[in-house]
Amino acid sequence: MHWQYVIPGYVIVFAGLGVYTASLMSRLRSAARKIPEEKRAFLE
Amino acid sequence: MSSIARKLAGPSSSRGTRILGALALVSTVLLLLLGLIWSPREVDQADAVRLMYVHVPSAVVGLYFAFGVTLVGSIVYLRKQSDFWDLMAHAGAEIGVLFCAFVLVTGALWGRPTWGVYWEWDPRITSTTVTLVLYLGYLAVRRMDLDPVVRSRRAAILGIISFANLLIVKQSVEWWRGLHQGSTVGIDTQMDGLMFFTLAWGVLTFTLIFAWLLMHRFRLAWYEHQAAAVSLDDAIAARRGEHRSSLAGEAI
Repeated sequence: MHWQYVIPGYVIVFAGLGVYTASLMSRLRSAARKIPEEKRAFLE
Repeated sequence: MSSIARKLAGPSSSRGTRILGALALVSTVLLLLLGLIWSPREVDQADAVRLMYVHVPSAVVGLYFAFGVTLVGSIVYLRKQSDFWDLMAHAGAEIGVLFCAFVLVTGALWGRPTWGVYWEWDPRITSTTVTLVLYLGYLAVRRMDLDPVVRSRRAAILGIISFANLLIVKQSVEWWRGLHQGSTVGIDTQMDGLMFFTLAWGVLTFTLIFAWLLMHRFRLAWYEHQAAAVSLDDAIAARRGEHRSSLAGEAI
């Protein structure tokens, strides 16, 4: 009972996390291309 | 690591983030099984209680952990002008806004079958919405076309003021009467064992997801910071080149 509220809730949360993660990775790739390799090295 | 896994992990992945990401993924699968299948129905709320396993963790992680990172980053930035903490504050706020939105959406979906309404001007719901608006304002300040130092300082001040509102969110169920129940999880919690375990597992899972996102979001902020420095260095070098050329032209 009440699955019509439960399923949309879970879909919104986990799809939202997925979309944000995909967007974050895309922005990271784009930003990484703008700086020389040696400036990224300290993060490893 | 295969090329597909490397691509999925992103350009800023490291051994630490890959381990954390794998743990978060496994933990999420277990949370879905616990939350949607293994945990029992609640007597009064029926299956609507399952929304609590994502609503409460979103609130704990988003409002307190993520915005807490913004608070600490803002205070340290104002004291030491540390770029690290300025970028960390920005990263925490962006992720916190995402989780805060989840809190409001899942709360509304839970409220409809339990209270009969999606929205009510209840003190807890209203103050949480105010929090979301404040941190959206914080992110807007971070995008303003200002001197970077002035922008960071203004954002830091807003980051501290916005966190003060969270004290109102926390105390709202004690100070005013409303639909939202008071604190139900504590030392004398009355929850069923598996329900309580699922709720705790939800908090753990969302904490892992938050930590993974925070590391990557911080690295994005750092890349953007470096890119701005690189473009400034290029502009200075180009200007010096032009100046040298003009001096050489005058000498001839």
